[in-house]
Amino acid sequence: MASKQHQKTAIPFWRDERTLQLLGQAAFAAVVLFFAYILIQNMVNGLQRQGTTLGLTFLRGTAGFDIAEFSIEYSRSSTYLQAFLVGLLNTLQVSAIGILLSTILGVILGVARLSANVLVRGLAAAYLELMRNLSLLVFLIFWYLAVFLKLPRVAEAVIWPGQIHLTNRGVGLPWGLPTETFETYKLILLAGLVAAAIVAIVLYSIGKRTGKPPLTVLWTLLTFLAVAVVGWFALPAAPLTLDFPSVQGLNMAGGKVVTPEFMALLSGLVLYTAAFIGEVVRAGLQAVSKGQVEAARAIGLTGFQTLRLVVFPQAMRVIVPPLTSQYLNLTKNSSLAIAVGYPDMFYVSNTILNQSGRAVEMIALVMLTYLTFSLVTSAFMNWYNQRTQLVER
Amino acid sequence: MSKKLYSVFGLLIVAALLLAACGGAPAPSGDSSPAAGDTAAPSTGGDDAAPAPAAQTAAQGETLAAVVARGHLICGANNQVPGFGYVDADGNFSGVDVDYCRALAAAIFGDANAVEFRPVTAAERFTALQSGEIDILSRNTTWTLTRDTELGGNFTATTFYDGQGIMAPSAAGFTSLADLAGGSVCVQTGTTTEMNLADAFAAAGISYSPVVFEDADSTFAAYSEGRCDAVTTDKSGLVSRRSVLADPSAHVILDVTLSKEPLGPMVRHGDDQWYDIAQWVVFALIAAEEYGITSANVDQVRATNTDPQINRLLGNEGELGAKLGLDNDWAYNVIALAGNYGEIYDRNLGPDTPTHIPRGLNNLYTNGGILFAPPFN
Ligand SMILES: N[C@@H](CCC(=O)N[C@@H](CS)C(=O)NCC(=O)O)C(=O)O
Repeated sequence: MASKQHQKTAIPFWRDERTLQLLGQAAFAAVVLFFAYILIQNMVNGLQRQGTTLGLTFLRGTAGFDIAEFSIEYSRSSTYLQAFLVGLLNTLQVSAIGILLSTILGVILGVARLSANVLVRGLAAAYLELMRNLSLLVFLIFWYLAVFLKLPRVAEAVIWPGQIHLTNRGVGLPWGLPTETFETYKLILLAGLVAAAIVAIVLYSIGKRTGKPPLTVLWTLLTFLAVAVVGWFALPAAPLTLDFPSVQGLNMAGGKVVTPEFMALLSGLVLYTAAFIGEVVRAGLQAVSKGQVEAARAIGLTGFQTLRLVVFPQAMRVIVPPLTSQYLNLTKNSSLAIAVGYPDMFYVSNTILNQSGRAVEMIALVMLTYLTFSLVTSAFMNWYNQRTQLVER
Repeated sequence: MSKKLYSVFGLLIVAALLLAACGGAPAPSGDSSPAAGDTAAPSTGGDDAAPAPAAQTAAQGETLAAVVARGHLICGANNQVPGFGYVDADGNFSGVDVDYCRALAAAIFGDANAVEFRPVTAAERFTALQSGEIDILSRNTTWTLTRDTELGGNFTATTFYDGQGIMAPSAAGFTSLADLAGGSVCVQTGTTTEMNLADAFAAAGISYSPVVFEDADSTFAAYSEGRCDAVTTDKSGLVSRRSVLADPSAHVILDVTLSKEPLGPMVRHGDDQWYDIAQWVVFALIAAEEYGITSANVDQVRATNTDPQINRLLGNEGELGAKLGLDNDWAYNVIALAGNYGEIYDRNLGPDTPTHIPRGLNNLYTNGGILFAPPFN
């Protein structure tokens, strides 16, 4: 009798849900591995047929092509690897500036969407709708062909006060040229950074101890600026002299010439991404319940304090994760650069691929680079989420 | 974690798909052929006991078989260079490179329209050929050593002898490279042009800045907006694109030549039969002009001719077609349906076209050019 009952409760393993789940997963993994195997095999066969093998040593070969914009030393006799790095730095440069500007514009748009003023609110909403329905590629080409290439030709450059040259070869801006005291000044700036860090740490611990956080960010910035300004004038000669652009021969020389390719890409990316960042900011601000604000005012916090100590920290928790993915989008969208002739990483990689015939390697390299961007971003997001998680009691 | 896994997996899939198409085609029965050789590896299959004339591998003959089974040829062509490869508003392709593909289709099917044109940009073209997306690349492509080896292609013959040139607004008054010092030059990526430009300026010790675009349309759009002081590509390309600029007479092609650009059709490594067909269609076009056979008189020549060389070409005598794996009247079809080299040239680049280019080197060796077809024996 007892043994009979025991038999009834013991589930045979083929009906045990846990075993079934395990088996299912194992089967799925096997299928995945099988496909991966076929694909890799296929690729290796194909390569063998072409008489090539995989490898990255070709990156040491001579590039042989010129690149218009580079921030590390580069010429046609540099290697493919250097060309790739030039492209990578260009991508990082346009992304970094793009992220900064689109954040500023995005915050303005987000706040405008919540404005009590109907006109402001309506305009911001219309802007968002416009951007949502636009193809970024078309938008970039519009900025390039219809805006920046329509600026006057070099010979007819429009000159704004401060020697700012507007031409369709680029916008020439006055730019700092390092003098002999520049090296010393860099050390002063470093000292400024250290001083600012100390101020930050001290203020932060004071805030912790007293429970009345002072304006840490503000004071830190002011410290740095003070050192920078005092240092500048304390030196015997100014560390930078202003160099003005001028038209020389066929192009502009001197100062800093920002190319129309860069500007078209930057404007397109910033205006496009800012619309989405605006939505993220609006959602974040709306996520903080009214009760929080009312409670803050009730305990006597000023309007600014309410924003800084109550609304802002809570909104940030909602804003940051989607914001980082917008940043990532901007970075990845910068691969449309080729459409407007800006030599970003994707464009340079394509050229390398084409000149060397190494399709698999170059595509893998590009994907790995973008993957690294993604992983770094999600690592940051995870870290941030953990740090700001609500501690529930 | 899982995100990472997906990404890695995705990477593998994409990398494999890239080559899937060519991997998917039947594998050679022997070992894969060596890097530099278009000589197929000797077959190791025991059933292939027949003595030497053709040590056939599976890859040999694979392309023709696939084209015949499909019922039409797929030709990688240009769609932005009038006179060479261009597509009009109604979707009709025209140009010498395009007509060559029609001639090839005529040789195979006896129908010059049994061809589908796939537009490919400079940067896409070799991948398209390698992966088997196109059967032949006929798109003002320069014959270079790297492309002939590492990029997995074989050039069949030169159909147009060209050189790289520079075009600038006439008003600028440039005459030499040195006049462009410090200027900007518009150029298209994925071309020999891009490299030659860097070479030429480096060799002359002149500084310049390149502005690089993905296709001919954007390159020339930027040039005509004045983004660049000059634009560079094959001289043929310059003549061609000048014809579609707003005011063609306002632009001059400078009297400088930066490079040699022999242009011609290209096939994949490994299929000698296909290579031979593609090559001999070019020779048939040239030979027909040499013998004075045109699409208009080919029937009459075939009926009345007594020259054995011409009889073999037109299939009256011998088995030349069979040796290529084609019908014996393959060359007859080529001439009847597509015309001879001179006819194709005049139709697209002759004096009555907006893209007129004097024949120069691209004339028969008997007329001061260097076109010379091997004998049809
Ligand atoms: N012959 C050179 C250049 C050929 C080339 O791509 N020329 C350009 C400029 S005329 C072109 O055909 N562009 C048309 C396109 O990309 O659709 C090569 O083989 O690399």
